[in-house]
Amino acid sequence: MTHIDYLLHLGDNALILGQRNAQWCGHGPALEEDLALANNSLDLLGQARLLYQHVAALKKDGKTSEDLLAYWRDVPDFRNYTLLELPHSLALHPGASAERDYAVTIGRNFLYSALMVLVWQALTASRDAQLAAIAAKSLKEASYHLQHARDWLVRLGDGTELSHARMQAALAHLMPYTQEFFSPSAVERAAVKGGVAADTAQLQADWIRIVDDALHAATLERPSGAGFVSTGKTGVHSEHLGYLLAEMQSLARAQPQAVW
Amino acid sequence: MARRTPQDRYFEVWELLEAVCDPEIPVVNLREMGILRAVRSTAQTLEVILTPTYNGCPAVDQMHDDVASTLARAGLAASVRTCIAPAWSSDWLTPQAHDKLRHYVIAPPGACAASGQQLYVLQFAPINRAADAYQTAACPRCGSENTTCTSPFGSTACKALYRCLDCAEPFDYFKPY
Repeated sequence: MTHIDYLLHLGDNALILGQRNAQWCGHGPALEEDLALANNSLDLLGQARLLYQHVAALKKDGKTSEDLLAYWRDVPDFRNYTLLELPHSLALHPGASAERDYAVTIGRNFLYSALMVLVWQALTASRDAQLAAIAAKSLKEASYHLQHARDWLVRLGDGTELSHARMQAALAHLMPYTQEFFSPSAVERAAVKGGVAADTAQLQADWIRIVDDALHAATLERPSGAGFVSTGKTGVHSEHLGYLLAEMQSLARAQPQAVW
Repeated sequence: MARRTPQDRYFEVWELLEAVCDPEIPVVNLREMGILRAVRSTAQTLEVILTPTYNGCPAVDQMHDDVASTLARAGLAASVRTCIAPAWSSDWLTPQAHDKLRHYVIAPPGACAASGQQLYVLQFAPINRAADAYQTAACPRCGSENTTCTSPFGSTACKALYRCLDCAEPFDYFKPY
């Protein structure tokens, strides 16, 4: 059971961030960025699908499916990092679409992708063969996601006074949520012990190195990131996840018998 | 009517599937793309193995259906399976696929990084900045190496958008994966 919870943690990360990044579709600051985030989102949805399919195959209960997991679970069942459900703005206001801030989008994608290239790399050695196979593919995509986010981080940081200030503010806002990456939950501890999961505590030094290298190139300071440690991966979420799920799940729930 | 042996069916399947092309890039077939991996033919079963490219590739279900329907039309009932390990790599594209891509005005992918430690990335130089590490793609129209990347994400997830600085035409670059 705990191994499945770990797979859901990985799958939910991908689904929730995929859903968030897709919100830029049609609203990107430039056409190339609209395409970039749509492709990024598509990659993440593909990863979520593979992980959910794997969970369904493991559960073998005749009713768990990728659709059930994506559309019919509620907020406390989701195991994603709180960082990934946050809106694209500094103001903690779920409806503020006019205040979408691309620096927050880029900052979040950078911090998460920097972690995931390390996590996927570690998971290629997982005792779960299917997870190792998913990791080998996802690593390639995460590398491109990291490169895209890093490039923009550097352009915005080492850009104009305004872009520098906004990028710095975005990082200060996001950094405390990364504490959750490195404080292992009971689910993670058990899955690491079983040789299935990646031990993020072991990856923290490398993550800091990737982050500091990029911040240096971007002429940005690493914010302290201290403060409240978020708990999304244990099912205790911020107020934002409810709104995100309501939108994402509304069609499936309105038409439960629909077939694509 | 002569009954086909498993071996007859094996060769017949490969021949039939030469006609099944990538839905996004209709000049290369699935074998040339390295997507069609294996055919297993025994007295009782007929199985075709595909390896999808990107996780979110929207064409994978279409490819699945195309393979199944092509074989069904020839009276062959095959089960089509996807296998994700070993992970698909753009290194699997055949030399013929490279030529066909170029002819279709898509620059074929460079070789992936050799070492397992390295990340399979293109290095994109920020605009107006000296390039640190930059993977050049030759223009498939005029052959010039004097090209620049407009965006790492092009018309599909697998392609980046480039521009030739000599003939000034844009082109897609198939990313190393």
